[in-house]
Amino acid sequence: MRFLMTVTASQAPDEKVYAEMGQLVEELTRTGVLLATGGLDPVGTRVSATDGKVTVTDGPFTEAKEAIISFALVDARSKDEAIELARRFWQVARTGEGAIQQVYGPE
Amino acid sequence: MTPAPPGLDCAATPAGDLIGWVSVPEAHRAVDAVWRLESARIIAGLARIAGDVGLAEDLAQEALVAALRQWPESGIPPNPGAWLMATAKHQAVDRLRRDERLQRNVDLLGHELRTRQRAAVFAGAPEFDAVTDEDFVPDDLLRLMFVACHPVLSAQARVALTLRLLGGLATGEIARAFLTAEPTIAQRIVRAKRTLADQQVPFAVPPAGERPARLASVLEVLYLIFNEGYTATAGDSWIRPELCYEALRLGRMLAELSPDEPEVHGLVALMEIQSSRMQARLSPAGEPVPLLEQNRGTWDQLLIRRGFAALLRAQSLGRPAGPYVLQAAIAACHASARSGDQTNWEQIAALYDLLVRAVPTGVVELNRAVAVGMAFGPARGLELADALTSRPELRNYHLLPSVRADFLAKLGRFEESRAEFTRAASLTGNAAERAVLLKRASAGFPQSGTGILKTP
Repeated sequence: MRFLMTVTASQAPDEKVYAEMGQLVEELTRTGVLLATGGLDPVGTRVSATDGKVTVTDGPFTEAKEAIISFALVDARSKDEAIELARRFWQVARTGEGAIQQVYGPE
Repeated sequence: MTPAPPGLDCAATPAGDLIGWVSVPEAHRAVDAVWRLESARIIAGLARIAGDVGLAEDLAQEALVAALRQWPESGIPPNPGAWLMATAKHQAVDRLRRDERLQRNVDLLGHELRTRQRAAVFAGAPEFDAVTDEDFVPDDLLRLMFVACHPVLSAQARVALTLRLLGGLATGEIARAFLTAEPTIAQRIVRAKRTLADQQVPFAVPPAGERPARLASVLEVLYLIFNEGYTATAGDSWIRPELCYEALRLGRMLAELSPDEPEVHGLVALMEIQSSRMQARLSPAGEPVPLLEQNRGTWDQLLIRRGFAALLRAQSLGRPAGPYVLQAAIAACHASARSGDQTNWEQIAALYDLLVRAVPTGVVELNRAVAVGMAFGPARGLELADALTSRPELRNYHLLPSVRADFLAKLGRFEESRAEFTRAASLTGNAAERAVLLKRASAGFPQSGTGILKTP
């Protein structure tokens, strides 16, 4: 099962967090758990559509709080395992907020 | 009674941290997830200390029981893997002390524990992590894989033990995956552990001379697990993805542990690319869909890319292609064809020519017959398939009549084709597969495709 883990808020990482996060990412990549990961430009561009009429709005937005600032696509055997991986992530990242969502599709 | 491992003063955990008070079922689920992620490393580390895989697993299991008892009250510790390891090591000291056979290990371990963990107790949690990191040696996992797949064990025992020790699967889960009774699997695992102890199989990677054969055994076990998931040989469901995923996960792990072995990367590439078609291989009604009729838009491109990367790693090692690398190369041919009729069958047939030389089994020759038939016409393919009907290992293999039926249909020999499809249906133990074969047997017109031969 694949899960998308997203972060919407986190404390600014210091050197220690960077190093530990690098280690964690490396370990999870090596073991094939982490399929893709990246940080996102919090500004972004908003795209909306009404009956096929597309509206594009450039950021920044005032309600940037919900914007995703980083993501990780992981392979796990169960939701509990994904939660456990998230626990590891936040052990390193310390303070912040995010979500775990199962990606429907291939097992 | 389990001594509380040091560095686990959960009351000191700051409120608001992710770790905290948890409900009992929540804690149990967390223990389960931690176990699945960590048990292989823990068992491997303990096996190095105890020199016995069976004992290592018992100790790890006891630590698991302790976690189930304590975590609902204490909360989940910050480093759950290290907690389990420390608990198991405490139990190891208790056990080993009682066991004179291992007296010398006790002295060693006792000393190690005293010095390292005293430091940890006084230093607090962060140091505790640093201390226990030394317990997790990546090579221990490799040793554990070699031991679980040791040739003194039957293939079935290797599969069960690998899923148990390296996959962290419970006996019941293994039994369900293989549609076997739980006591049968339990007994298989107990016997396997006893055999390893009786034969004094060392907890070590094999010496250079034995390594190729032992590695082949490991790869065989992983591919057996994968194939049991990819084409379930019995039962109503044709695919058991959880087994495929387990094999893939262990393969990826093995590739990191032995990066210089082209066949390991070959097997990983093969499994990644085959997994990419998991969704496309089943119709919405749950029927198997032949490769050439699959909707390639649903092939998982991420897995295909991983497969190609693994294949490149194998090829970059610059050694002659072994069976898994060849099969992965064939799988890659299919993966890179945008549609079924753009498949480079000549190249696939050429790869099968090489594969038949490396693995001269009836099944591989049958696959070659299919490729040759696709590349050079059904008459050539049928000729090769006909030559296989006298092979004893294919006598009850449903795919031989299935392949022949397909070629016969393409040659317009429909009566013979129908008879062969019916025969194929009578030989398969899988309900979904049988339904497809019977449907083709009753169809009055030729169909495209290569039957449901499992093409890499």
